[in-house]
Amino acid sequence: MKDKILSLACGAIFGVGLVISGMTNPEKVIGFLSITHDWDASLIFVMGGAILVTTPIFFLLKYQVKSLLSARITLTEIKNVDRRLVLGSAFFGVGWGLVGLCPGPAISSIAFFEPITFIFLVSMISGILFNKYIAN
Amino acid sequence: MIDKAMYNFTPLPSLIGGIIIGFSVILYFYTTGRLAGISGILANSVTNKLNRFSNFLFLLGLIIGPLIYFLFNKTSGTFEITNSLILIVLGGFLVGLGTRMGGGCTSGHGICGISRFSIRSIFATIIFISFGIITVFILQQFGIHL
Repeated sequence: MKDKILSLACGAIFGVGLVISGMTNPEKVIGFLSITHDWDASLIFVMGGAILVTTPIFFLLKYQVKSLLSARITLTEIKNVDRRLVLGSAFFGVGWGLVGLCPGPAISSIAFFEPITFIFLVSMISGILFNKYIAN
Repeated sequence: MIDKAMYNFTPLPSLIGGIIIGFSVILYFYTTGRLAGISGILANSVTNKLNRFSNFLFLLGLIIGPLIYFLFNKTSGTFEITNSLILIVLGGFLVGLGTRMGGGCTSGHGICGISRFSIRSIFATIIFISFGIITVFILQQFGIHL
């Protein structure tokens, strides 16, 4: 039960952060990716702000084996940069540049009640399922 | 006349929003033991039975959070998106496929991974930002994305 309440709360906090940061607006993300024309560097401050908080805490929790709700912490420690990582990240980058939405803001975009975002979400889930299909 | 980029640049709200996102990532990790990578949470809520409801609730939170924020601030936020169906369908598909093939998105690689000094995540982030920049540049040459 606590796990479910915390998941909902963390999602909500994350969503509020996204809205305040401005990253729920696709045009603002495009502005960041547009380095040759009216560049908007705001996204660096979003990632920077988040990393500023998470880096020291992840460092402190480095040897933590159990979470507060006593779930076993299993972080994958794959070290090598492989073809899937490179190709996948390149695909993601292209899709990100086409619309200005990455997965977090794409889900939060439902809060703006723009019908077109549902088409984006359906396409995104199709992409997820397609990856599962080709991975098997 | 105010330069468009200077007018759009919002370092302070973006920094504050980022700090709030970082807080959410830490709270989620410390309590549940899981990393708040949104593409992973979304994929798991669709394809994995383990923690499915919790994952679904996190996604629901991503929608409820902004709605509560709008309610308290008496705003409905700014949302500007392309109206091209081809871009939407192709973009959505590539974001879904790419984030899962690459094992993460802006949150999983860009925030969680980088702050854990993961070489894979640093590579992934450099690659997706570079390809995003190239894509936007190419579209601008065709008059798409101003």
